[in-house]
Order: sequence, then structure tokens, then C-alpha cells
Amino acid sequence: MIPTALEFQLLLPVLIIAAGILISLIIEMFSSKSEKILPWFSIALFVSTAYYSLLTVGHERIIFNSMLAAGGTANIFFFVFTFGAAIVTLISIDYIKKIGMYYGEYYILLQSAVLGMMLMANAQDLVMIFMGLEQMSVCFYILAGFNRKKIKSNEAAMKYFLLGAFATGFIVYGIALMYGVAQTMSIPAIANGLLIYSDNIIFVAGLLLFIIGFSFKIAAVPFHMWVPDVYQGSPTSITALMSTGGKAAAFSSLLIIFTPLFATTQSTLFQPYLVVIATLSMLLGSIVAIAQTDLKRMLAYSSISHAGYILIGVAAGSELGIASVIFYLSAYTFMNLGTFGIISMIENKDEGNLSLNDYSGLGNKKPMLAALLAIFMFALAGIPPFAGFFGKYYVFIAAIESNLTWLAIVGVLSSVISIYFYLRVVVVMYFQKDENILNVEDSSPALLGIMISALLVIVMGIAPGSIINLISNFVK
Amino acid sequence: MSLNFILFLIFAFIAATSAVLMITRKSAIIAALFLILNFAALSGLYLTLNAQFIAVVQVIVYAGAIMVLFLFVIMLLRPSDEQSIFDDNPKLKWLATFVGVLVFAQILAIIFIGRPSDGLTPDLQRSIEVGTIEAIGRELYTTYLIPFQSAAFLLLAATIGALILAKKKLED
Repeated sequence: MIPTALEFQLLLPVLIIAAGILISLIIEMFSSKSEKILPWFSIALFVSTAYYSLLTVGHERIIFNSMLAAGGTANIFFFVFTFGAAIVTLISIDYIKKIGMYYGEYYILLQSAVLGMMLMANAQDLVMIFMGLEQMSVCFYILAGFNRKKIKSNEAAMKYFLLGAFATGFIVYGIALMYGVAQTMSIPAIANGLLIYSDNIIFVAGLLLFIIGFSFKIAAVPFHMWVPDVYQGSPTSITALMSTGGKAAAFSSLLIIFTPLFATTQSTLFQPYLVVIATLSMLLGSIVAIAQTDLKRMLAYSSISHAGYILIGVAAGSELGIASVIFYLSAYTFMNLGTFGIISMIENKDEGNLSLNDYSGLGNKKPMLAALLAIFMFALAGIPPFAGFFGKYYVFIAAIESNLTWLAIVGVLSSVISIYFYLRVVVVMYFQKDENILNVEDSSPALLGIMISALLVIVMGIAPGSIINLISNFVK
Repeated sequence: MSLNFILFLIFAFIAATSAVLMITRKSAIIAALFLILNFAALSGLYLTLNAQFIAVVQVIVYAGAIMVLFLFVIMLLRPSDEQSIFDDNPKLKWLATFVGVLVFAQILAIIFIGRPSDGLTPDLQRSIEVGTIEAIGRELYTTYLIPFQSAAFLLLAATIGALILAKKKLED
């Protein structure tokens, strides 16, 4: 079938980014000032896409021969990805100059990665999920090793590439087995016969392999071993995008697969698996994070434990569960982006100033940054009235409604543990005597990005009800 | 058992065995040769699935161009290794010559004597049409338009990345 004009119009968020990549390439080729033009061009691209996605959120439709979905939850994810990427671009402007990787290609790859995430979030076909995943992962492999002068960055890229390729193998094999049973890769078509297929051991094995592959991508225990090294070694701005957009994209693909399953009577088919990895991720992430002195490494473990909380919502297997996952992912995206933004500002050009002790006395030296970091730490720890609290609240409610009360209790326990290492940062900033001299280069674009994140974290904490209602409208 | 199934079993066995042998060999050249065998067996599997075009592309692009290039690079980098294969097995030369002559004779026979299109039944004709370039092209530009285009962007990103990581001169 030949696509209609309406279909192209509904695909506009993806098309804007795709066209932006090509235009950026031309700018990079012809302009000697591309490093100055490209970041602002990217921001314009991301913000206009984010705006258009929210504008057309009500136009839910399956387009392009049931390859892609438009509107609804896909557009909510579009907003999270593109707005998050706009903040990452703001953070990057001075950061990549500081650490000496001031190339225009950085922004082109950033746009490519976002294109991949968007294709993952609106896929309606297993082929599309795979294409989007590869697009995003390839860009991340490159960006992780973008700082070629640093050995740690090279190590991060290599580790991420090898383990990522391994996880991709799982996903492809899973897709092959599912295709073998269902004779189609279209997700709506598979969803129609799901009750028959769920008795078929080969189909279930394929689905399990698929989910295991994505467990790598969302950094859940026991598939988390790459996370600390990769998050620590990659440039901080890239870690920010990897831990937020990348994770949200992987979860969006998981939801695409799980949503039809939840509608059937087999909705608890994968609950044992999800419950186990959720519990392990939460506890291991929170407990190991206590022992970390490097801030990026600590946030890597915190990201593992957040993956665990989000998995509770998936394991709940209900509409509220899905809505709470989307809410949590948006809240987590902006909390984490802000945190990494501050870390990237404080980090010096030799990737120093990353350990906890370097933050002592920050409250006196840079009161503004310290206050913002305190907000993000409270939010990540899940203390009201910030977004993090309501993210956890909705996830736990979903678990209790699905008779998983004990899982919610484990989640609460784990958040209590995590409060220790989040608040330790605040304590070090405000109450520890400063011995070292901290030279923080001011960066107004980065500060703007961090403030927007803080604003969103606060707004999502003040009016969580209206946002979760908006999301729930599109979850079914 | 139909012929199709028997062929599938043979090709699948060759593919799986050569894959295992490839990762267990110490010599890089022998491993690469097993990889070529694996690709060849895969293209045989495509043939049994009526995907003639993909089978041909598999042989030309992977087993042909990419792997031969790969093999040459390995040989250029480690000439001592390559030498020892023939030193250890002197009879291998005769086998190599024999296989070469056999393949050449086969090509000559197909070009000058054989009539491959003789004896086509309507059923066979129809099954050939399923996997033709035309059918693949039509699918790619209609049903699979979006995955096809997104593959282009994937390759673009990979190309940019390869240039950035391998070619870009570092300042300072």
C-alpha cells in the first residue's frame, strides 16, 4: 500500500529529526563555525519535535502498513526523548569544549541516537524495534568512546559495544523464534493470537530471550555488569542521555511487547521473571551504591536500582502499572539529566572533581549549584514533594493492586537504603569543611538546562495527578 | 521426508558445524575459511526458502567480497601463519588444485553445455518468482518502506562513527 499524506503528517516528529540529521551533515560539511551552529540547530529541532509530539498526542493511529504507531504513549515518549535530548545538548555546549572533543559530529550522532529511540517507542513491528534499537545503540557505542584521548572512554566504548552486541544477539534470536511460531512480525497480529502462542514453548522461549536482551539494555541485575564502567568512562553528557533516554527507550519497547500480553488472561506469564530481576536490581543497586565514592559510579548503581523500581510497574501487569512506568520514566529522565548536568559543570578538563570529597563545601562556594543538586538528590531519593516520590508512589500502588504487596515493601526498603547515599551528597556539600579549591567554570547554557530539569521535577511533583491522568488516557 | 527438508537438514548441519569449528580454531585463516563455509551453507538455506536473490547476494557480498577481503588482510598481516598450513599438510596443495579444476570445469559446463531453464514446471516457475529481485523491491518500497529507510540512517550513523573514531585527527 502506498502511504497517504496523513500518515506522513502523523510521522512528522520522526521525519523532523531525520531531516535534521541530513541538514546537520550539510552544515557540518560547509560551515567552518559548525560547532557553534549545530548545538542551537539541534535544540531547535528537539524542542519543535517535542512541541509537535504533544500537539498530536490525541491522534492515535497505526500507520505505514502497521509498521509504526502514531499518537498516544508513543508521543509521550517522543516528548521525553526529545526534550531530554534538548537538555543534554544545552549541557554539552560548554562541556565538550572543556574536555576537548569539540566536534560537530557529536550533535549529529546525538540526533541519530534520538531517532533510534523514537523508532523504538512507536514500533508496531519486531523489525522496527530492532532497527530502532540498533540505531540508538550504534550511536551510543560511538558517543561513549567519543573522547578518544582518554583510555577510560575507550574502555567504556569497547565494553559497551561487546556486551551490547551480545544482548542484541539475544534479541534477534528471540525475534526469530517468535517469527517462527507466529509467521508474522507485526505486533498487532501477534497480539491477536497471543493466547494460542502463549502455550507454545518455542514462542515463550523467544519472548523470554527478547526480554532478557532488553534486560541488558535497561541495566537490570543480573545483566548490569557493563553499567558502572560504561557510565563512569563515557563523557558525562553522554552518560546523562544513556541513563535516561536510552533506558526509557528500552522500557518503551518492552511495554509495546507487554501491553497486548497484559490484556489477555496470561498477563502474569512473565511475572516470576520480572519480580526476581526487579528485586535483585533494587537491592543490589542501592546497597552497592553506598560503597561508591565516585559520583558517576554511584549514579550508575542508582540507575540500576531505578530500573528495579520501574520493573515493579511492569511486573504489576495492569494499566495503572504501565501508566506508572511511563510517569516514572519521565520523572527519572529529568532528575537524572539535572544531576549529570551539575556533575558535568563541576568536572574539570582532566575528568577530575568527580569524587564525593570534591563536593565538600560546595554549598558555600556555589550556592546555586548546590541547591539545585540538593533538589535532584531529594527527588532521586524519593522524598516529597518532588517527582521522584510520586514515581515510586504510583509504581508501588500498581504493585499492591496486583497483589504484589511484598514487592512494594521490598521497594520501600530499598528506597530507605538509597536515601543514605543520596543524602550523603547533600551532607558533604553543606556540612563538610572544604579543604580543596574548586574551580567551576560557569556555563549559562548548562545552567539553563539544569534549571529547566529542576522546574520539571518540581512541576511533576506538585501536579502528579493531572500528568498520570493524561498518561492513563492513552494506556489501554 | 521431502527433498526440501533433507536439503534443509544438510545445510543446517553444515552451517552449525562450521560455526562451531570457526570459533574453536586457533589459526585466524582457518577460522575465516570456516566462516566462508558457514555463509555458503546459509545461502543454501535461503535457496530452500525460495529466496534466490538473497542467496545470491549472500554468496557475492559476504562469502565473496567481504570474506575474501578479510582473508587477504589476515594473510598480509600474518604471512608466517599462512605458510605453515601448507608446510604442515603438503598434500593439501593437490586437494586445492583438484577442487579448483573441478569448479572451473563446472562453470565451463554450465556456460557451454548446460541448459538450466529446461524442464521447468509451472510450479517451479511460480516458486522462482517469489524470491525475485522484483518481488523483494516491491516489498521493500511498500510494506517495509520505514525499516528500509531507517536502515539507511543506521548505516549513516555507523559511517560517521567509523570516521570519527578512526580517521579524525586529534587536536593538540
